[in-house]
Amino acid sequence: MSEVIKIRKGLNIPLAGKAEKVFGQTHLPGLFAIKPTDFHGLTPKMVVKADDLVQIGSVLFHDKFRPEIKFVSPVSGVVKDIVRGERRIIQEVIIENNGKDEYVDFGAQTFASLNREVVIQKMLETGAWPYLRQRPYNILANPEVTPKAIFISGFDTSPLAIDIEFALAGQEDAFKAGIEVLKFLAPEVHLGLEKNSASKAYSGLSGVKIHHFSGPHPAGNVGIQIHHTTPINKGERVWTVQPQDVVSIGNIFLTGKHDFTRVVAVAGSEVKKPLYYRSRLGSSVSELLKDNLKEGSLRIISGNVLTGDQIPDDGYLGFFHNLITVIPEGDEYEFLGWALPGFGKFSHSRTFFSWLRKDKKEYKLNANKHGSVRAIVVSGEYEKVLPMDILFEFLIKAIMSDDVDKMEQLGIYEIVEEDIALCEYADTSKQELQSILRGGIELMIKELG
Amino acid sequence: MKALRKLLDNIKPHVSKGGRFEKLHSTFDAFETLLFVPNHTNKNGVHVRDYADMKRTMIIVVMALVPTLLFGIWNTGYQHFLALGESAPFWDVFLHGLVRVLPLIVVSYVTGLSIEFAVAQIRGHEVNEGFLVSGMLIPLILPVDVPLWMVVLATAFAVILGKEIFGGTGMNIWNPALLARAFLFFAYPAQMSGDLVWISGLNEMGAQIADGFSGATALGAAVLGDTDKYTLIDSFLGFLPGSIGETSTLAILLGAVVLIFTGVGNWKIMLSVFVGGFLMGWVFNVFGTESTNGLMHISAIQHLTLGGFAFGAVFMATDPVSATRTERGKWIYGFLIGVFAILIRVFNPAYPEGMMLAILLLNTFAPLIDYFVVDRNIKRRLKRSVVKA
Repeated sequence: MSEVIKIRKGLNIPLAGKAEKVFGQTHLPGLFAIKPTDFHGLTPKMVVKADDLVQIGSVLFHDKFRPEIKFVSPVSGVVKDIVRGERRIIQEVIIENNGKDEYVDFGAQTFASLNREVVIQKMLETGAWPYLRQRPYNILANPEVTPKAIFISGFDTSPLAIDIEFALAGQEDAFKAGIEVLKFLAPEVHLGLEKNSASKAYSGLSGVKIHHFSGPHPAGNVGIQIHHTTPINKGERVWTVQPQDVVSIGNIFLTGKHDFTRVVAVAGSEVKKPLYYRSRLGSSVSELLKDNLKEGSLRIISGNVLTGDQIPDDGYLGFFHNLITVIPEGDEYEFLGWALPGFGKFSHSRTFFSWLRKDKKEYKLNANKHGSVRAIVVSGEYEKVLPMDILFEFLIKAIMSDDVDKMEQLGIYEIVEEDIALCEYADTSKQELQSILRGGIELMIKELG
Repeated sequence: MKALRKLLDNIKPHVSKGGRFEKLHSTFDAFETLLFVPNHTNKNGVHVRDYADMKRTMIIVVMALVPTLLFGIWNTGYQHFLALGESAPFWDVFLHGLVRVLPLIVVSYVTGLSIEFAVAQIRGHEVNEGFLVSGMLIPLILPVDVPLWMVVLATAFAVILGKEIFGGTGMNIWNPALLARAFLFFAYPAQMSGDLVWISGLNEMGAQIADGFSGATALGAAVLGDTDKYTLIDSFLGFLPGSIGETSTLAILLGAVVLIFTGVGNWKIMLSVFVGGFLMGWVFNVFGTESTNGLMHISAIQHLTLGGFAFGAVFMATDPVSATRTERGKWIYGFLIGVFAILIRVFNPAYPEGMMLAILLLNTFAPLIDYFVVDRNIKRRLKRSVVKA
């Protein structure tokens, strides 16, 4: 038992529409897609083309510069379409589900026979490698590198996030097997847990460093947890994995089959019945949203409101997402909105009178910008919601001026978009901070490799 | 509302790209966003943003200035009638003040906003909200009898040379309102200092001035040895002559409460300014007992209520753009402002006001203070990786 690390800075945004911890009934949709755009650092090279038959585990595409990193199909059926966007970037590889769940059998493996090379080989071949994301930069993990640690955050504090311990119920054995596999990949495996974690999946793990955290979002972000326990210095690498992905990894070695089942939630103020569902990675959201949405102009998000991607109502769940959030679009004008008292307007500052409403616990927030883009004026805003020893305003200015040296000195190795999403939420100057940060990261990769 | 929205929607195509009046786009946009929060939604990144934006931040500051404005208007009338030795009913007093102060505010806003609109139009940018606050601050730091044409000049100087040439709101080095004041201080010193300018109409009163009445401010009197002209209570509550908004420490503190509570004004800067000023005043009290300089004998606590000290601490030093940006830096910045303000005030009997100069000085050094705080952050990170190796 380690002591509890108290995260003081941050903010829990009280969104309405949290999913009830009950599983809803659904059946798998007809269409699935893997989106190459979900993976930073990937240049996809297609292996299949339209009308090819695939099984669960068949390779769809691989990384052009590292062909051993493969991306496989989550369902069996037929490749329906390869959707390209501007500059011919592949946006979606769409597969039509034949409902038969035919798996590629990669062969189960006893743990006695495992070593690092065998584990890496198997994960690459089965399409499980993309579950590993590498810090700095949150890019595809490099199989030729040994990271200093693997870090898993066992809980999610983002707005309306699923309860991961609830999602893992019944899959404890596969989770533990996954952890055993991961131990081969790095000298240390760390697990960040909530203060009062009670999950059976997380107890009794040997050889794993456990840390307990308390505090508001982003306490559940793996980047924040790494910063407070084993911060990333220049030249170091840390690989991160999500808990449900650890279950998939465990199942690959236990059963020889890559199972893409995921527990997801549909939540948000515009969802009629926010519930949990058993779905599959890459699923189209059409079945989950059918007859479940309120009227009006809506924003459907794969992921959470801070870091997710906007999708149409027949879009696809992202590779790393286990939540669909639906909120009002908010594309309306508001007469004198900035001058009114705003009793119903939640704000992290107290510039609106919503702080008087002690009774109101949740708010319906929309996607309106609530202002226009301005130069950075107010100081100290970012620091209030970023629990890291990083002067983010100076880092963002270094990025804006393409100052690679300063970016490195100010901590760009330790920070990715999800860690500063709250800064972007709170920013009175309405800057696109996450986008600017990714631009800075890409410049770093280009200049320094 | 609907009719207004319709009207704006009808005008919009004419002021947008391709329309006949596309050159007036910034002007139209400024009025449109004043009336309606735009319907723009978040595109890239977070899907939900906080309701607070620049306009909200600025309007909170203007709200915080209301107590000082209202008291300043009343006090203008009060000092006027005091000088005449007459007593007048409340509304007469207030009305007198209003008639003298309102033109200053109007002139300040009209000058500043016209320039801002013009510059925004020329650049093709949106009009920024920065001047909503500066426009209110400028009159409040001037003596009430200042000629209107001087206000125009000073405001134009501050907006053009103090802000726009650097890139507009968010880019200025110095506090624009203080630049306006400094401009007048150095260009027209006779109208900015002395015994006659602080009280409305005193210049013209001549023989009507009540017996024994002097228009000197507390600081001006202290130079001549009279350190007890106004009691601590008087100077705290504000019943003394001075620039329009600076006299009532109480009203200023009310504004400070609003700013701190809403998170718009930084309490660290305010507190450290007061601490620095108090310490310096105390040093003079202790070491200056033999001095003939009357200003050294003003009690440290009273220093905080005199002149532009409190107003500068709460409304000027806290301007986020010209202050230090790091939290650590704010303590140093504020403390030095307090120290220098009292230092300049005491050693400058010809014009015993140091707050404006102290803030402008520290505005210049703010980036340097930040540099050292950032450097420490960088060194901490480097040390961590060296230790690892």
